[in-house]
Amino acid sequence: MHKLLPLPFFHVWVYLQTQPLLGLAATLCAWEVAALLDQRAGHKAYSNPTVLAVAMLVAALLLTGTSYQTYFSGAVYIHFLLGPATVALAVPMYANWPAIRRNFVPILVSLGAGSLVAALSAMLIAKALGAPHEVVMSLGPKSVTTPIAMGVAQQLGGLPALTAVFVIITGLFGTLICGPLYKAARVRAWEAQGLAAGTAAHGIATAHMIRLNETAGAFGGLAIGLNGIVTAIIVPLLVALLPL
Amino acid sequence: MVRALTILVLYQLVGTIIQQGLGLPVPGPVIGLVLALAWFLKFGPPSEDLRQTAQGLLKYLGLLFVPAGVGIVNEFGALRENAVAILVAIAVSTTLGLLVTGVTMQWFLTRREAKPHA
Repeated sequence: MHKLLPLPFFHVWVYLQTQPLLGLAATLCAWEVAALLDQRAGHKAYSNPTVLAVAMLVAALLLTGTSYQTYFSGAVYIHFLLGPATVALAVPMYANWPAIRRNFVPILVSLGAGSLVAALSAMLIAKALGAPHEVVMSLGPKSVTTPIAMGVAQQLGGLPALTAVFVIITGLFGTLICGPLYKAARVRAWEAQGLAAGTAAHGIATAHMIRLNETAGAFGGLAIGLNGIVTAIIVPLLVALLPL
Repeated sequence: MVRALTILVLYQLVGTIIQQGLGLPVPGPVIGLVLALAWFLKFGPPSEDLRQTAQGLLKYLGLLFVPAGVGIVNEFGALRENAVAILVAIAVSTTLGLLVTGVTMQWFLTRREAKPHA
């Protein structure tokens, strides 16, 4: 940066590097631009604002040579809101409680089956394609929400930071593919669409479903919580029982 | 709004205390979610203020994942070395997970519509 900026501004840059303000401002600005682009594109899966904002910020960090730690010291204020937002999922879940209660057994069966298939196939495929043990273990919990996934990865001897990345890639991929996939497999009910999105691709796909339909969002939120619990129990058992 | 945020943060706090105290593998915010839902079911619906704050937060759920997503810059090395295995594993397993859950749930729902009194 010192080659690009006149000296007084370079000092400002150095000062801002030590402060959380820049990371916070950059995250919010990237989101605003991404949301605008998404709106222009007509809320398509490929214009997902999370993907766009992450891409812009990664490019900005690489171009300015800023470390992730420096960026995160500001972005942590936004990151922290994930906790209260997770609790807030109780509100749409309560609003849709009659539908959830009516479908309790179908929900448990569908979610359990999808959760098992997703975790098992991810680990088996990665192992078959020659990925090292810690990468395979980091892939096991990638369908669940970041804090749960990182905890499970740690417990299995995976790398939590790598798991966080897998969780994001899974969420983005699931968001991109769920629309065409539902159409092809004739998954029409909002309940089924939301449940599958939350089970296989956690909060990122659920954020997408919330924008489409409230019931789908509620089932997605339910699936995030339930699959977090199911995965935290099932994946360590699978790893202990199978030659992974 | 401040009261609603306080309530949400307190649920998260109680959930985290339970998680740490009992050494559970389930994260604190998820326990907080279960507690909040149990409270609404037992003692009545959330206030208008809490509903609006929750809806506001969830509307921007996508923004809240951005900081963690940018963490990908630190993992480019490990990703590049195993790129094919990782991408195939994620793509296939996510597709299978979506299909198995979606199709199973749709099957249950369609079956019920066909037999309304079942």
